[in-house]
Amino acid sequence: MSRSRYIAGTVFRMLTLLAAVSVLSFVLVTSSPIDPLTAYIGTNSTLSQEARDEITEHWGLDDPPVERFTAWAGNFLKGDWGTSIAFKKPVKTVIKERFSYSVVLMLIAWTFSGVLGFLAGIFAAVRKGSLWDKAIKVFCLALQSAPTFWVGLLVLSLFAVQLGWFPIGLAAPMGKLAQDVTLEDRIWHLVLPSLTLGVLGISKITLYTRQKLIEIMDSGFILFAKARGEDTAQLVLRHGIRNIALPAVTVQFAAFSELFGGIALAESVFSYPGIGSALTTAGLSGDVPLLLGIAVFSAVFVFTGNLIANILYGLLDPRIKEGRADG
Amino acid sequence: MREKKERTPLLDVQGLSVSFSMYERGLQKKDLEVLHKLSLGVYPGEILAVVGSSGSGKSILAHAVMGILPGNARVKGEIHYRGELLDKERQEALRGKEIAFIPQSLAYLDPLMRVDRQVIGIRGTKEKQEAAFARYHLGKEVERMYPFQLSGGMARRVLISTAVMEEARLIVADEPTPGLHEEVAMETLRDFRQLADEGCGVLLITHDIDLAFQVADRIAVFYAGTIVEIAPVTDFLAGKEALRHPYSKAFIDALPQNSFKPIEGFQPYAGSLPEGCLFAPRCSACSKECAGEMEMRRIRDGEVRCVHAT
Ligand SMILES: Nc1ncnc2c1ncn2[C@@H]1O[C@H](COP(=O)(O)OP(=O)(O)OP(=O)(O)O)[C@@H](O)[C@H]1O
Ligand code: SF4
Ligand SMILES: [Mg+2]
Repeated sequence: MSRSRYIAGTVFRMLTLLAAVSVLSFVLVTSSPIDPLTAYIGTNSTLSQEARDEITEHWGLDDPPVERFTAWAGNFLKGDWGTSIAFKKPVKTVIKERFSYSVVLMLIAWTFSGVLGFLAGIFAAVRKGSLWDKAIKVFCLALQSAPTFWVGLLVLSLFAVQLGWFPIGLAAPMGKLAQDVTLEDRIWHLVLPSLTLGVLGISKITLYTRQKLIEIMDSGFILFAKARGEDTAQLVLRHGIRNIALPAVTVQFAAFSELFGGIALAESVFSYPGIGSALTTAGLSGDVPLLLGIAVFSAVFVFTGNLIANILYGLLDPRIKEGRADG
Repeated sequence: MREKKERTPLLDVQGLSVSFSMYERGLQKKDLEVLHKLSLGVYPGEILAVVGSSGSGKSILAHAVMGILPGNARVKGEIHYRGELLDKERQEALRGKEIAFIPQSLAYLDPLMRVDRQVIGIRGTKEKQEAAFARYHLGKEVERMYPFQLSGGMARRVLISTAVMEEARLIVADEPTPGLHEEVAMETLRDFRQLADEGCGVLLITHDIDLAFQVADRIAVFYAGTIVEIAPVTDFLAGKEALRHPYSKAFIDALPQNSFKPIEGFQPYAGSLPEGCLFAPRCSACSKECAGEMEMRRIRDGEVRCVHAT
């Protein structure tokens, strides 16, 4: 496949994905039982009927759904993402602010789970069948079936409540002015949420690395290297890692989607003011513009993760890279 | 050049059986024996060619000697190297040093490592690798290639180059010549011959019987997981009358330069072997004596596994 066709295909897939995501999210929020107006003014508000009507009119809540969606899509394409009902700020601003918190969290969790998971997977594969291997496997399987909020609560109650080592929530000490918040404060508040998120992401990469390395250790080229005198350490370092690194990195990039899914819950548990908790807020208050904005944003994010994985493969795998140069 | 051999064999395989434990339907475990009480010796200074049809267990023999059988394999019998038991520790210590292995296919090269690094391995040097490449007509550009970029013949020569990185006394070569031009194949075998003349032993598994005729000292014939006959190459060249086992006679007869007459029937599958002589179902000389356990016997400077052999 030629490069320009590849790019065109990618762009096309991206656009269809975004269209599908925004339509689907719109249908889901508008059909949810939450009334944005009630969520906005509260259930026992004393606001007059005229005022209510005015707000409804302003937000276009009574317009037919198709009209509302096309209006949103039209503005969106022009760069106007609308105003968040819940935060009373432009959607773009909310996403930018919140994402700057989340991206640190995600990056730490992602790197932590990637590196540690890769190493644990190699260790388990080399010691296949040992007690260590079994322990790692059981741990991963248990984590994989554990819900995020449960793991989050466990971490929270152990390290924050019982041991008191880390703060219970938020991104900075409560009541401290923004300009007084130190880097240390920030890091302090990041530890538990990123630990939770990282621990949740670790099992996939560990199990994948383990499985892949076990498969590779049975292959002909390992046997041959062995027959030429290499010991286990040399086999793993010279041939094993070389052959699993690329697929493992791909899996880790593809895990961007789970990372985004996990962050919504992890941030809620730790009241961390990132994009995940903004999403929860948006959902609970029927904040259509914000929800759609985040949905589109996260779709781009996840899509980019997969795209990076594909590009990396092409850049790093000699079978693709030099095969193309030859052909 | 092919005169007297030293008394102690370099490699001495005694009663080697290899079986794989496999799961049949559901969780029923079953042992599948693919090598049966196989014995052979390779003496310093000789090339022992191993021939036999596909699936008869030749590669398994090579892997057993190198100690690289898969985890589900069980080995019985003994392998001695220079008079001492070749157990796991000794295999680990000697392979890649005294014992070199040339594997059967391209799949034995690491797909993601450049060819030169791979040939050098952990014990070779850049100089040796360059010399080997020149020896086997591999261009400078091949050094930086990955295995997927090699042609079949190039890959074969790369695999052969690995064997000369080490100062081996024993070379186990699993079909080193297919895909090579005839001259290159001949040249390779002449190298083996020279190494043997310098005192090495070579276990040469091959399908190319003509080449084996030209360089080997003795030929071992494999059938259904065991060796049915080992005889000096001169007996093979003399024709089927000089051979001892009905299968080797038929094998020689089936060659294009002879009557080109295929042997009737099929080699039995490892899971459903006949009792007694494994060749019995296809043998015209079969009698009731052939139903017993078949031992290797020495007859006229060779060995054979047949009660009626003379
Ligand atoms: N890992 C394994 N598990 C079970 N059976 C195996 C395994 N490896 C090989 N076998 C069986 O052992 C038998 C001998 O195989 P082997 O590869 O030694 O044959 P070969 O004589 O080298 O054939 P060829 O000339 O095609 O290379 C075959 O029937 C094969 O199916
Ligand atoms: S032992 Fe009997 S069946 Fe087997 S090869 Fe000899 S004659 Fe044939
Ligand atoms: Mg073979």
